[in-house]
Amino acid sequence: MPSSSAATRLLLTAAVGGIWFASATLYAQQPIPPLTGRVADLTGTLAATERESLEQKLTAFEARKGAQIAVLMVPTTAPEAIEQYALRVAESWQIGRGEIDDGVVLLVAKDDRRLRIEVGYGLEGAIPDASARRIIDERIVPRFYVEDYAGGIAAGLDALIALIDGEPLPPPAGASGTESAWGALPVVLLIALFVAPIVRGIFGTLFGSLAVGTGAGVVAWALSGGLVAALLIGGMVFVFALAGIFGRPGRWASGGVPWGGSMRGGFGGGFRGGGGRFGGGGASGGW
Amino acid sequence: MICRKLALLLAALELAGCGYNTFQSQDETITAAWAEVLNQYQRRADLIPNLVETVRGFARQEQEVLIGVTEARARVGSIQAGPELIDDPQAFQQFQAAQGELSSALSRLMVVVERYPELKSDANFRDLQAQLEGTENRITVARNRYIESVRDYNVTVRSFPSNLTAMLFDYDTKPSFTVENETELARPPPVDFTPDAE
Repeated sequence: MPSSSAATRLLLTAAVGGIWFASATLYAQQPIPPLTGRVADLTGTLAATERESLEQKLTAFEARKGAQIAVLMVPTTAPEAIEQYALRVAESWQIGRGEIDDGVVLLVAKDDRRLRIEVGYGLEGAIPDASARRIIDERIVPRFYVEDYAGGIAAGLDALIALIDGEPLPPPAGASGTESAWGALPVVLLIALFVAPIVRGIFGTLFGSLAVGTGAGVVAWALSGGLVAALLIGGMVFVFALAGIFGRPGRWASGGVPWGGSMRGGFGGGFRGGGGRFGGGGASGGW
Repeated sequence: MICRKLALLLAALELAGCGYNTFQSQDETITAAWAEVLNQYQRRADLIPNLVETVRGFARQEQEVLIGVTEARARVGSIQAGPELIDDPQAFQQFQAAQGELSSALSRLMVVVERYPELKSDANFRDLQAQLEGTENRITVARNRYIESVRDYNVTVRSFPSNLTAMLFDYDTKPSFTVENETELARPPPVDFTPDAE
């Protein structure tokens, strides 16, 4: 008996597993890979050095211009059309700066022999659909025909970069150092939260707050090097301390740090989308 | 006096609790999504005269298809399409039907075009074709976003307790694109099809 019940269990498991597998393969859309770098190749086509050089090109471009470009190579987008998959990738990665929406995703579905340039809202003027189509047809596809994938992508990116360079965009935030100084804000506030009541107790409300504000400014400056933002942070902490906000820690504990959500892309070395939005602009092509 | 103020405050809180504010924000989202749909349809309609002229230059004998596109565009243009359309299911249906006819007239045109190699390699035509494809794709995206926003709104209208607020203020469910349309949407833009793929 035990052997037969074990056999039944095995059969049941196999059946359930089979159904699960079948349904998974039937309904599953292609998953969107997590955003790890500017160039992601799931097909193993690009050599490490080629990927590296594309990545460097895009990193330098973002540092100079502020706009973000990401490249993704996948084997296939089935069952979806490349347009739908590209939009899902773009929406999930949020390439491009928030509000400016200056992001571009170059998607290559190698086995489908299809590719798409997905253009963010903010660049639809710089890269009209017709231009995107020309880049695909004239720069990328001829090289893809002879299986020069890295060369095709590089040529396409150069053309895209040239178009975006012609567009007056807000300067990249990292240039003045303000962005990184704001990154120090949570740390500074956290320290001020504990220090402020004590210092105020010793020096009195006005001078204590002044001392805490100055200290916060110096710490922010030391952490980041952005002078303007450090001065602002110092002033802010001074006002907060004067108003006695730090004296009631419960306020922060319950509400959470209000600007915690807006820190995307400011801190740390990894590549992240900046919150750019997409509306289906761009062009597709095949080879 | 205090009692009345308190009652007012209570009523306000009650409304907030029953999703009044949710209705307002979701309604705004729908209006914005709908405006984008109209915007993209308009963009497509604006492309057509130029497209028809360009095709006519190479394929004069395809009068029937060209006239079909022009007439479908005229019908679309004759419908007053504004934000009020989403509160009138019948007008919404008409609008949808007219846009659908224009879509199929356009895809017929794009199939015919395949027979004219010189036309297909004409730079001007290629640009127009890219613009049309891009616009069709934007229409798809805008429609999907409209469908999502209407779904959210309709769920709020029907579910408890916000349905009480909906009854009180006469909020009704809003029309969306039908399922047939949605499966149509799942396909790539029709202009991508070559005749042998059909």
